[in-house]
Amino acid sequence: MPSAELTTASLSLSANGGEAAQHDRRFLRRLASLASKVFDRTAVLLLLAAVWEVAPRVGLTDPVFLPPLSEVLAAGWQLTLKGQLTEHLGASLGRALVGFLLAIVIAIPLGLLIGWVPRVANFLNPLIEVLRNTAPLALLPVFILLLGIGEVSKISLVVYSAAWPLLINTIGAVRQVDPLFIKAARTMGATPLQLFHKVILPAALPSIFVGVRIASASAVLVLVAAEMVGAKAGLGFLIIYSQYNFQIDLMYFGILAITSIGLAFNYALLWLERRFTGWKISADAKG
Amino acid sequence: MSIQTTASKISFQQVRKEFLVRGNGPGNASGKTGSDAAQRFVALEDISLDVKAGEFLALVGPSGCGKSTLLDLLGGLTTPTSGRLLLDGKPITGPARDRGIVFQQYALYPWRTAQQNIEFGLEVAGVARAERREKAAHYLALVGLSAFADRYPHELSGGMKQRVAIARSLAYEPEVLLMDEPFAALDAQTREGLQVELLRIWRRTGKTILFITHSIDEAVVLGQRVAVITARPGRIKQVVDIPDALHSETEDVRSLPLFGEVRHRIWELLHDEVSRATVLGHKPVATIEKEELSHA
Repeated sequence: MPSAELTTASLSLSANGGEAAQHDRRFLRRLASLASKVFDRTAVLLLLAAVWEVAPRVGLTDPVFLPPLSEVLAAGWQLTLKGQLTEHLGASLGRALVGFLLAIVIAIPLGLLIGWVPRVANFLNPLIEVLRNTAPLALLPVFILLLGIGEVSKISLVVYSAAWPLLINTIGAVRQVDPLFIKAARTMGATPLQLFHKVILPAALPSIFVGVRIASASAVLVLVAAEMVGAKAGLGFLIIYSQYNFQIDLMYFGILAITSIGLAFNYALLWLERRFTGWKISADAKG
Repeated sequence: MSIQTTASKISFQQVRKEFLVRGNGPGNASGKTGSDAAQRFVALEDISLDVKAGEFLALVGPSGCGKSTLLDLLGGLTTPTSGRLLLDGKPITGPARDRGIVFQQYALYPWRTAQQNIEFGLEVAGVARAERREKAAHYLALVGLSAFADRYPHELSGGMKQRVAIARSLAYEPEVLLMDEPFAALDAQTREGLQVELLRIWRRTGKTILFITHSIDEAVVLGQRVAVITARPGRIKQVVDIPDALHSETEDVRSLPLFGEVRHRIWELLHDEVSRATVLGHKPVATIEKEELSHA
């Protein structure tokens, strides 16, 4: 609807003369291409939303098990008004962020060390191979047994599951640095420390970011599972609790909220990545 | 062997370099087969050569003749197995900013702009920001790229990248410039342009330049002397003096009959070597060096 207003506005302006009309036409064309771009990007989602809305209403699915989207959103709105959404969302976001940041602080420096110092790598490699092939969720009971069902066990599990992709990608990133970059820096008299922070680190950053994004997805996944098993708040709890109480609309709303968190994380990280490795992204676009 | 080396900038004295290579590849020098045992591979043998201060020396040889090993030795990235390698009469013990290396693949840092790339050596040396800026600007101007200071390497053509790389090596003001087939990846036109430019830079800066190439033409156009290197093991077959007439700044030296003569002489020296290298079915030296690097 804003585009319609803009169109009439620019049409009335075009009376000003030929030059202005040309300007307007260009503006309109740009607006049209923007609109079609937005449509291209969202068409499939709109279609999904439409199917979700219509299918239960025309009896294609049982509305009890799949309520129409509008009812799900209405239930979510009620939850928001009662202030409960903030509570669940806050709990989940807090755990995810704390766990994720802790994982970054622990795993990236460790990965840099392992990637850079072969002796550390040789020592730790067998352990890494064993642990990273243990599915984090399989360890959930262990975490609960050892750390209780409070925040510590949930955050620890998030840290654990996010740490592996971070660690593996960081190690790989350091190892894959073009040897010529290192050779060139050495011939220019770079000390090992300078070599590390002026060459290895920037060269490894793009691959490290790949790990960061995988880790964020992994963190959200594991968190939801942990919240389903033992929690008094959080979106995972909301989903499983709603199911038990047969508030199916709320259950779906919880799922949508989880998806939104995942998307928000991903876009935030993409934005960060573009800020830190802008040279890389423009190089890719060209290449 | 004797101590008559003080007059030369760089002095190779019976330098020999061996590598240990895994012995299961075909075409190894020794007859042992089928084993994984490490074998000795002689990359350079009995290299004796003196380079005068301010001289432009070109090294030409077939691929796999150990040219790059020679450069690594000079760069201080590796040490001779035997013999001595002196710079200003003192043995080379490691990399230092008194030697600048220009690589064939540019080795520019993609996350740094042209200007920032040129500043790298100065930054590492602890030069203050303002002075860095000034020097980088000076050398950008020297290679004719002042307008491209803020471009990233991927936004530059191959020729421009190599100019930036040359400027980067000059920026920290080494006395010796070591160039490892710097123009090999460029098209003919760009290459000729850069050759002219390099000669101009050499005359202006008075650097000692060691220029490795596989192109005879390039060696003749650039070098005051051309050292012809044999293949496997790398030895210096002969050092050919290039007449001054071939370094005219105004003439198209490639069209002179003298150019043809000199070129042909070097071609003949190399010709036996090229066919020998082919018969030996060599393993490219680059792979051996990588193995050595990863062990280091």
